Amino acid sequence: MFLRTTAAAGLMAGLMSTAAFAEAHGPDCGPEGQSIRILASDFPAIHAVVDAAEENCAGQAAEFTRNHTTEARQIMNAALTPDPAEYTSVIVANATLTQLMNDGLVRPLDDLVEKYGDNIQPNLLIKIGGNTMAVAFMANSQHLFVREDILEEAGVEGIPATFDELVDAAEKIRAAGIMEHPLVMNMQTGWNVGETFNLFFLAHGGEFFEPGTAEPTVNSEAGIAALETMARLVEYAHPDHLTQASNETQALWEAGQAALGIMWGSRGSAILDDEGSTSEVTENTVLAAAPSVEPGGVPGATLWWDGITIAKNVSDEEAEATFAALVSGLTSEMVQANNDDAVWLLDGFEPGPAAAGVSATAQGGAKPYPMIPQIGIMHTALGNELVGFLKGEESAEQALADVEAAYRDAAKEAGFLQ
Amino acid sequence: MKNRTFFWFILPTLSAMVLFIALPIVSVFIQSLHIEHEQVLVVSESCGPFGCEQTTEVDLEASAALREAQPLGRFNGFATYTNRAHLAFDEIAEAWRTTEDTGAFLRRVFDLPFYKALTFTLTYTAVVTPLVLVLGLAVAVGVNNLPKLLKGPTIFVSLLPFLVTPLVGSLILFWMVDGDGIIGATLQRLTGDPSLSLKASPTLTWIMLMTYGVWHTLPFSFIVFYAGLQTVPRDTLEAAKIDGASKWQSMRYVTVPHLVPLLTFVSLMLLMDNFRVFEPIVSFQSQAHATSLSWIIFNDLRESGNPLYGSAGATSMMTILGVVILLTPVLIRTWRDFNRKAH
Repeated sequence: MFLRTTAAAGLMAGLMSTAAFAEAHGPDCGPEGQSIRILASDFPAIHAVVDAAEENCAGQAAEFTRNHTTEARQIMNAALTPDPAEYTSVIVANATLTQLMNDGLVRPLDDLVEKYGDNIQPNLLIKIGGNTMAVAFMANSQHLFVREDILEEAGVEGIPATFDELVDAAEKIRAAGIMEHPLVMNMQTGWNVGETFNLFFLAHGGEFFEPGTAEPTVNSEAGIAALETMARLVEYAHPDHLTQASNETQALWEAGQAALGIMWGSRGSAILDDEGSTSEVTENTVLAAAPSVEPGGVPGATLWWDGITIAKNVSDEEAEATFAALVSGLTSEMVQANNDDAVWLLDGFEPGPAAAGVSATAQGGAKPYPMIPQIGIMHTALGNELVGFLKGEESAEQALADVEAAYRDAAKEAGFLQ
Repeated sequence: MKNRTFFWFILPTLSAMVLFIALPIVSVFIQSLHIEHEQVLVVSESCGPFGCEQTTEVDLEASAALREAQPLGRFNGFATYTNRAHLAFDEIAEAWRTTEDTGAFLRRVFDLPFYKALTFTLTYTAVVTPLVLVLGLAVAVGVNNLPKLLKGPTIFVSLLPFLVTPLVGSLILFWMVDGDGIIGATLQRLTGDPSLSLKASPTLTWIMLMTYGVWHTLPFSFIVFYAGLQTVPRDTLEAAKIDGASKWQSMRYVTVPHLVPLLTFVSLMLLMDNFRVFEPIVSFQSQAHATSLSWIIFNDLRESGNPLYGSAGATSMMTILGVVILLTPVLIRTWRDFNRKAH
């Protein structure tokens, strides 16, 4: 409890601080004439960080290349395995850091942080087993999106804060004849439906594994409660929900076909901007905390961060130059220039309406996405095996038993269970 | 041909086949018998912007030592083949013991990933293959009877579905059948059911995938049959006409028998292609309602952070076995025909 409170306070300090970090001197780019090669996902906030690094330090480097791809997660392990590695840095998130660490492909950053990390707040250092393995710079989570005009029209008071209130609001909108399916959620079979289960599972206080082991514990009271809550909500979701991920749910929202949504915070600024939608939708869309089971309970969300890692299989000089370049981009100027692209964890960030949902969710004590080596296998099993329940073909118990069975097979094959 | 000459003739082909077909299959088979080393887990603490938590991590040194000792992984025999993700012997036995009637038993069996995928794969093959054969022949005969001026453009247009990349073609159809797409919205209007969704119903999804399959592969059988039709002997056709055969009769007793070797070839190709149906499942996001053997392999290799090489290998071997079983009747037939002609 104490840890959570301090963490939330730290996060909010990061979120709310407006003191600009004054640069007294030019950026320190570390050793000259090195090769900097960056692999990253493909969205505006990450482009902003790498752009800043390139602007500051590409001149000093012998080579500065970058590969922004949505497939980064699929290729990162293969790309970092050879010595020398294909990239000197990968921009990762919680889940992908675990994937690299499982194979020992990233290096501890403690000495580099000491040398170049003046502008990095201590709470941004991702420490695992005492070593700093990554430096976070932005946050993301799922949370509630609502259309205030429609809630008002349907006679819903206030913004739903619990799952019960969410179901009530959806029912009122349906009863008022405004929309038959007012709710959107990312329920695409596979990773997305697994992730949506995670939200509900964590909100119900679930634990994925027996502590310290790889023994699954999703077939539990929390798991069944999570599935039952999901089923109550799915009732109000678009009939095609099992094929919908972020792009589809965002499109439905922007088309004005939804009034309640559980979507990613990173979609907030894209939804609120003046592209792709009408002012009726954008002006009435409000981003709020993810709902919880009980009032004031754990929000149904997983907190994510994105951050910098440095490859293990590269020379120390390249590692140092890459780290220095990327860290030189994490300034308040960069944040101010790209304020609405992300929920920055850096100085200079002024949370706008697009960041309100993630801030409120983090403040409400949402859990981070678990950084456990075998979580990817569990996530895949959830994504594939819960569909039977959601289609109404099997019971929650049977679906969760299937998840555990599928997980066990895969975890045995991967060596996590014996 | 002398044995010696034959040997030198066949050597380049044979060595290429061994190198690019036989050896990879052997390697996949060996991999399917192994699983990864034990991952030594240690309890540790992870801290970040959202606080600290007890967690586990992989003990890299201990795991590397295990890997060093057994580079291929741990030998697992056929256990991967029989586990729940594949043939699921234990689960089927358990379902047999605990369920009352055949319906319940079958439901349990078809809930298992491998059998679910196998059912769709076989249904898809069994429906799409004959449809494509028959419709391909029909289109070829139709085009063959067109006036010369129209033939060229018609052939070009008929070939278009085959020219579209499968992934793209199915994506386009996927958007068209969306509730807001042209086909989906029209169907909703026609049936008067605003919540009708082709993507939400298992039956409609299956029909959609098979329709796509027929649309996409039809040009292949059409063009082969069309080429075959150009070689039908005119004399025999005229003789049939003089004997008073109707159009249908000369089709049935002259044209089709002439095309039989082609029919065998097209069936072989279609059976192999349809058994590895994959792209439409990804494009249509139909994993909830229909999966195929190839999709399982893709899922094992791609979706989890740890690619499951053993599982993927096992499913690959069983897919190869499936193709062999499917092709055997056609191959036996070809062999018999060949022997008959030789004597």
